[in-house]
Amino acid sequence: MSMINYASREINCKIVYYGPGLGGKTTNLEHVYGRVQPNTRGKLISLATETERTLFFDFLPVDLGTIRGFKTRFHLYTVPGQVYYNASRKLILKGVDGIVYVADSQLERMEANLEAMQNLYDNMQEYGYDLTTMPFVVQYNKRDLPNAAPVTELQGALNPGWEVREPPKQRVTPDPYHAGENLIEQITSGEWVERAPYFEAVAVTGEGVFDTLKAVSKLVLKTLA
Amino acid sequence: MPVGAASWSFTEDDYGAILRSLQQFLYDSNARSALLVDRSGQLVATVGEPPQFDPTAFATLTAADFSANDQLARLIGETEFNSLFHQGEQESMYLVDIARRVILVILFDNRTTLGLVRLKVKHAVEELTRLFAEMFQRGRDQANPPNILAGAEDEIDRLFQ
Ligand SMILES: Nc1nc2c(ncn2[C@@H]2O[C@H](COP(=O)(O)OP(=O)(O)O)[C@@H](O)[C@H]2O)c(=O)[nH]1
Ligand SMILES: [Mg+2]
Repeated sequence: MSMINYASREINCKIVYYGPGLGGKTTNLEHVYGRVQPNTRGKLISLATETERTLFFDFLPVDLGTIRGFKTRFHLYTVPGQVYYNASRKLILKGVDGIVYVADSQLERMEANLEAMQNLYDNMQEYGYDLTTMPFVVQYNKRDLPNAAPVTELQGALNPGWEVREPPKQRVTPDPYHAGENLIEQITSGEWVERAPYFEAVAVTGEGVFDTLKAVSKLVLKTLA
Repeated sequence: MPVGAASWSFTEDDYGAILRSLQQFLYDSNARSALLVDRSGQLVATVGEPPQFDPTAFATLTAADFSANDQLARLIGETEFNSLFHQGEQESMYLVDIARRVILVILFDNRTTLGLVRLKVKHAVEELTRLFAEMFQRGRDQANPPNILAGAEDEIDRLFQ
């Protein structure tokens, strides 16, 4: 639920990093925290336990610049990874404007990835939010590891696309981030599908972290334009 | 119809009315400060003594606190806890729901009492409920959602180059 404050001339938006436990959500925020100018960000808050780094959420507010005289302020949240924290995961989604799904590319985490994706769809649906019509990007993290699954395999499993029914949207739409690929296209069955933009990342080194954040932030601001 | 979270906005007039209502409340109750936080964790307004803490962090934790307590209420068969009270040795806080959309947080110390704060907050809650109801209604009535960024696509692209 973006909030526009005409008195202080600020636009506030909420972005949630979702995904399986230990996939690198907290690491994404830590990298952002470490790289932006201190005067453009607030405190990084973590409600964590010893065993899992995130108990309730991590939170980081960042300013990404000014548009039309309005400061754009993004509130970044992560959710806890374990399913038994589902109540907290759901709470964090309240009022969300954009979602980053952080997948763990390691082959043996495929099931955990799928479970977290299904859980995301379910929780969004409970709020009446439709993931297919809101800012949503997918990040394949841990690309540095030797046991990382190929991106095409991850795309097939986690981001296979959803059907596009409205005729005006049934137009080939190139993926601005990957030459030669499309975000919206007609598949061999004749069906039109749309996929979420995706990014490869190595959150520990910061690779792909800002590309992901910028992409989702841009989508969020464009919903206001 | 795209369904995500709706956006909402407030004008300088709204903001002025909110501040006046809260200032009157602080004056009547002798509380130190009052903060308004929306349910998604964003700070809307602060009045009274400037807080000695990070208000953005405070707002986020407040919303989380309130949401967690909502769930607790449901577990014990209540629909919600309309207000919460946290008592400290010197400082206490009282949180109260406004129109299911925002949370009013009152910080007070031993210059006043919980009883007085609760008594005086009733009027402020009524006034704020009316103000927010109007603001949200206005949001719904608008043919288009807030379009301050209308036509700003290029500018948005440039921001993220
Ligand atoms: N090799 C590698 N390790 C990573 C990467 N990103 C995160 N990690 C590590 O994975 C572990 C879990 O990361 P964390 O951010 O806490 O995951 P979260 O549960 O999703 O918040 C930590 O030990 C990180 O250092 C990455 O891109 N590559
Ligand atoms: Mg974490």
